[in-house]
Amino acid sequence: MDKIDALIIGAGPTGLFTAHQLNLIGLNCEVIDNLDKIGGQCIELYPDKPIYDIPAVPECTGEELTKNLIKQLKPFDIKFHLNDRVDEVKKEKDDWFVKTRNGKKFLTPNVIIAGGVGSFEPRKFSPKECEKFENKYLFYSVKNKKLFEGKTVSIFGGGDSALDWAVELSEKSNVNLIHRRDEFRGAQATVDKVNGLVNSGKIKLFTKYQLSRANGSDELESIDINHDDGQIKKLETDYVLGFFGLIMQLGPIAEWGLNIDKKNIPVDTEKFETNQKGIYAVGDICSYPGKLKLILSGFHEGALAARACFKLARPNEKYRFEFTTTSTNLLKRLGKKV
Amino acid sequence: MAKITYITHDDQNHTIDVENGLTVMEGAVQNDIPGIDADCGGGMACATCHVYVKEDWFNKLPKKEDGEEDMLDMAFEPKTNSRLSCQIIVSDELDGLVVNIPSKQA
Repeated sequence: MDKIDALIIGAGPTGLFTAHQLNLIGLNCEVIDNLDKIGGQCIELYPDKPIYDIPAVPECTGEELTKNLIKQLKPFDIKFHLNDRVDEVKKEKDDWFVKTRNGKKFLTPNVIIAGGVGSFEPRKFSPKECEKFENKYLFYSVKNKKLFEGKTVSIFGGGDSALDWAVELSEKSNVNLIHRRDEFRGAQATVDKVNGLVNSGKIKLFTKYQLSRANGSDELESIDINHDDGQIKKLETDYVLGFFGLIMQLGPIAEWGLNIDKKNIPVDTEKFETNQKGIYAVGDICSYPGKLKLILSGFHEGALAARACFKLARPNEKYRFEFTTTSTNLLKRLGKKV
Repeated sequence: MAKITYITHDDQNHTIDVENGLTVMEGAVQNDIPGIDADCGGGMACATCHVYVKEDWFNKLPKKEDGEEDMLDMAFEPKTNSRLSCQIIVSDELDGLVVNIPSKQA
């Protein structure tokens, strides 16, 4: 188990700058994120879209902002745990015991939730019997493509993930591709490839159809797909893959004894602390009178929460406010010659 | 100003006056109408303000812009009359608009 000064949940812009502020004042921290990459919403939702309201940065994309924030963390040694999610947070004497889905354990006086609107999870099929087939016959990502060799696979979706897998799996599997409309939002080159494979009979294409039922008691036997005009078709299939992008879910945060108001966590505006001592919320997920869901507000909130962490992580020391322009302490931590 | 009726999944009607210039999503969120999550805040990046527009109204609304249909691919149970309510801007012409809110957003 790792004993650390602070644990940050969420590697979006707010979580990253909070990590910077913690390290600058001499506290160590580790960061957990459910995505497979650093950057949060900036990298998942709008990597290419320009942002115009970061102070002193007239224009930058979500990806550029993320890159610069990572660059700003370079002087520090910060451990990131990606593809992981905090499942459990509970009190253990003066500390919080934190456990992740992948089994990582931490002991820390400070937990900072910089979770945006929650963790990104795959969007799922709506028929409720799909749940019992999940991870056996029905998947939202491909971990082992050998599973599908020689089998019939029904792929749902119209974006790059659905199209790329349809192309790739069509080499060794019978592929049905099902999408709710005629147009695809995948890259044109991939769409062309799919159309070629449809014409040569390697992929069976069903458009304006959606999944309405998954049939079978234990094993998946077939699926019913429903056309816009109401007509239903039965497809024999061994496996089903759904690619509908990601959605943000509050997830286990709801079970940590925190006050939650409409997916947001109320905090005070001095420490950005929740109703639990030593658990803070910053960025889009926190709420207080006047809260703005802007990246710049997240930076401010993280800076203040970091100072609050100091008191619990170094109870016998006094925090002194210093500027990076003049403090030799801070400059040393930043790896500058002094 | 337009009177907009939001019908929630349990068949409750909520009719409210929404100011011109706001979106149908903002009208719902500001008046605490349940079932519109609007996680991304109106950026057409999440598909959690999905509504079904009554047929007679669907064709009267300004057409979808690029990107809205792509996001609707990810919505919960999209239909031919699906829209993202953050993309419908309220004006006098929308007086009387009726939208149905799906059983859930994700």
